[in-house]
Amino acid sequence: MSDTPKLSLDFKGLLCPMPVVKLAQAMKQIQVGEVVEAVATDPGVMADIPAWARTSGNELVSLEKQDKVFKFVVKRVK
Amino acid sequence: MVEKKNKMTLVVLSGDMDKVMAAYIIASGAAAAGMEVIMFFTFWGLKAIQRDGILTGKGLFGRMLGVMNRGGLKAIGPSRLNMGGMGRWMFKLMMKMHGVTPLNELREACIALGVKLIPCDMSMTVMEIDCEHLIPEAEEPVGVAVMLEHANESSVQYFI
Repeated sequence: MSDTPKLSLDFKGLLCPMPVVKLAQAMKQIQVGEVVEAVATDPGVMADIPAWARTSGNELVSLEKQDKVFKFVVKRVK
Repeated sequence: MVEKKNKMTLVVLSGDMDKVMAAYIIASGAAAAGMEVIMFFTFWGLKAIQRDGILTGKGLFGRMLGVMNRGGLKAIGPSRLNMGGMGRWMFKLMMKMHGVTPLNELREACIALGVKLIPCDMSMTVMEIDCEHLIPEAEEPVGVAVMLEHANESSVQYFI
């Protein structure tokens, strides 16, 4: 059940730092244990989203490149 | 020995567009990662929290400084290649072309994420800048001791 994303976010065209800024704001809109999914076009997210998850203490469920789009799923842990 | 918190203190001395941009990017990124963030603005850095289109100064020198040293995010130019404003225009255009978030939106993101914007009391007095010249989100001006107290309990400190 927790795998169904509560929010689906579009970060296409956004550059650093906006993907992590908007992800942090989305975390405030969901409950602990809930999940958000997002798509981005900035290749920087491949390194930045895992680093954000480690620093903020949230869980990176998945992160993958599909064509020119980066898709990731994050679970709110705290 | 004070215990370090998951906290960052930035001293922003520079009022150049590129350096202010770096400061707001670091601050918003840290706040997004759950860090408590304090930004301490001193001397030229005060321009980063000044309202747009406001002239500062009371006496002759203060007013001269206000005219020659316009504050606000719209007025500040890059630290290199500004060339009388052409550099600022070119940078803004290039940032827009590449979809980089403009300075005012970066600052709004910082404010939305709870970053504290603290002006330096002494440099406000010297440069004849009043609280009403600053954006309403700015905190009360403080001195070096308050900044050092924040820095002392921060795990990360930057001077920009």
